[in-house]
Amino acid sequence: MRATHLGDVPSTQRTVSRRAVLRGGLGAAAAFGLAGGLSGCGTALSAGVAGTELDPGTVTYWNLFGGGDGARMLTMLDTYRTTHPNPLEAATFTWGNPYYTKVSLATLGGAPPDVAIAHLTRQTNLSEADLLTEITDDMLALVGLKPSDFSPKPWEAQKVDGRTYAIPFDLHPFVLYFNVDVCDKAGLLDASGKLKPIQGTDQWEAALTAAKEVTGAYGAAVATIDEPSTPWRWFQTLYSQQGGPPWLADGGQKLSYDRDLTLKTLAYLRSLTESGLMPENTDYAGSQTLMFTGKSGFYLQGEWEITTAQEVEGLEFGMVPVPTLFDQPATQADSHTFVLPRMERDEPQVLRAMEFIKSMLDQSLAWAEGGHIPAYLPTLQSPEYKELKPQADYTASADTVVFDAPAWYSGSGSTFERVVGAQIGLVQQGLASPEAALESIHSQLQAYADTKSPLL
Amino acid sequence: MTAQTLVQAEAVTARPGRARRQPHATTSAWLFIAPFGLFYLLFLVWPVVYMFISSFYDTTLVRSGFGNFIGFENYRQMLTSPEFWSALWHTIQFTLYTVPPLVILAFVFAVLANRVGRGQTLFRLAFFLPFVLPSAAIALIWSFIYTPESGLWNSFQSLLGVAEPTPVLASPTLAMIGIAVTTLWWTIGFNFILYLAGLQDIPRELYEAAAVDGASQWQQIRSITIPLLSRTTTLVVLLQIIASLKIFDQVFLMTEGGPGQATRVLLLLVTDTAFTDYRVGAASAASVLLFIVILMVTLVRQVVGRGQDRREA
Repeated sequence: MRATHLGDVPSTQRTVSRRAVLRGGLGAAAAFGLAGGLSGCGTALSAGVAGTELDPGTVTYWNLFGGGDGARMLTMLDTYRTTHPNPLEAATFTWGNPYYTKVSLATLGGAPPDVAIAHLTRQTNLSEADLLTEITDDMLALVGLKPSDFSPKPWEAQKVDGRTYAIPFDLHPFVLYFNVDVCDKAGLLDASGKLKPIQGTDQWEAALTAAKEVTGAYGAAVATIDEPSTPWRWFQTLYSQQGGPPWLADGGQKLSYDRDLTLKTLAYLRSLTESGLMPENTDYAGSQTLMFTGKSGFYLQGEWEITTAQEVEGLEFGMVPVPTLFDQPATQADSHTFVLPRMERDEPQVLRAMEFIKSMLDQSLAWAEGGHIPAYLPTLQSPEYKELKPQADYTASADTVVFDAPAWYSGSGSTFERVVGAQIGLVQQGLASPEAALESIHSQLQAYADTKSPLL
Repeated sequence: MTAQTLVQAEAVTARPGRARRQPHATTSAWLFIAPFGLFYLLFLVWPVVYMFISSFYDTTLVRSGFGNFIGFENYRQMLTSPEFWSALWHTIQFTLYTVPPLVILAFVFAVLANRVGRGQTLFRLAFFLPFVLPSAAIALIWSFIYTPESGLWNSFQSLLGVAEPTPVLASPTLAMIGIAVTTLWWTIGFNFILYLAGLQDIPRELYEAAAVDGASQWQQIRSITIPLLSRTTTLVVLLQIIASLKIFDQVFLMTEGGPGQATRVLLLLVTDTAFTDYRVGAASAASVLLFIVILMVTLVRQVVGRGQDRREA
């Protein structure tokens, strides 16, 4: 065994001793910290390290837009930067619960962004939790806005106790995409190339059968696995078309769905996949690809996939509102809104935040090119928007939107969607009967309904 | 302090009344500990106390204070919730997948590395280096390896002729195994080092004596190495079980509890309940339950350890 160990450095040697290295290292670290603090440079990195403020006048903005939406938002932010001298710090986070958790924790920790995006169905919870600043008519007037500038449906829906906490940016409903090529060969298009209107389940199934004969695979595709949100949207659309009551009441304390209607709708969804008209097992990306590659005539999803579809070479497609298969037209939708997380704001800060929101609203047309229906009436009613194809074909669905019932555990990307959507997916895949799925949904949701709301 | 000085000090202070009990050295020792002690009290002890207290209240993140006292309601709700039990099961599943390989493979590699004549440093570096990486780095590396179809693992499977390689992290049955393999690669270095240190403590004379008596390599390992490493093994097993029960980082970064709920472990349930649902009281109750499980494991170890001590004495 060797007698010496690595740590021993005879002090008589002329090499640098450990103590000197530690002292030097500590000094260097302190110097860096001091330099960061004193240099006054307001970059996010040095501010984070030295705990100083960002440059005065910076607007911080958080959103959850990825994919096509994300790219579009980035170009809109660039336009804001060219027209406004003050710096902008924008950050994008993962869609769904992770994003809302971050916004909540940041607000509770006293360091929230100036402006944030929030789904309409989630911002009601944030405002009940006292995490948002009220937006008064005076604040709107600062940048020349008034409540009547916005579509009445989302404007009224966002109010909590009659107070406004969110400014609607868009409506994003569930829509029907169709492959022009396949539908043409199936005889589903009229003379001008538009989809012939489909009304009722018989016409729907006939259309799917015709499309299936052309494709040799499926008539229509909708995501069923690894994706709780889409099955919920598809189910909620058909359920609401039959006049189904909201699923939750009393802020989520009561499960108020119609049992028979739910079972009937679930059975119908299953019949579509069982008969082979729609695929049993397909995930989000798979269901799109089926339509893009002509293996399915139709595709059901939110309108935001328009960008993905437009990028597919050689694909000619159209978009229409989801056909009314039952008694009344209805479409599941949500809305992106701008919210102001609660923090101490002086007047210039409020003005800057409102100016940012106004700049985004002014670019609603660019946002609409990503498929969303603007909630800002000047854009919605403008001739430029009316000429946007295929957006103009499904604008009508904005009048028939149905939002998710409010509850502390509900909203886009929430526990409610996860629980219910997963079971609906199982029914579509044939892995659970409608009764068993509803049993499971009921017992899981009842546990949440019985739990006292943490927002009170 | 030797026994003599103690006796002298006592003799000096034997008068009734003022007896100086605190020798000077102890006061300065406390003063040295004070800064760290304060930090420890504030950031380690107080949060645990807070956790125990808030588990009996309906504490929420968005309101200040503890809220209303609800007794054992949080515990009742957790213990009757299928989500809690499935999360606990997934945690135990992960523990079962990782502890045996991490103990046995670490031992095997340590024995092999110990025998290497030249290049032992290279092997020690190779096994220990992953342990140095932060969890985000290894999550990125292994998410890349598990990328469906184009990632290293699926490409390797296609090379071997598998027609449609299953994506690991998207498949409910394989996702936990994938995370277990990642953890194995990441943390085996620590146990490996512990074993290596233990191996190097075994005197060579024992092996030489055994060789003279005609024992084969395998018999030497079985009769000398493994018994003499039993304390290291119990330590490694205990540390490994506790660490596996507290698993969070890799699961959160690689699958977020998915696909569906297949890899949702207990600490994920706790963070979701506390920070997404704002229900700190309920999450505290779940944490206390996990704490009890870990405590039970430690107690078992104490009992086993005492048995070992008695045998050795």
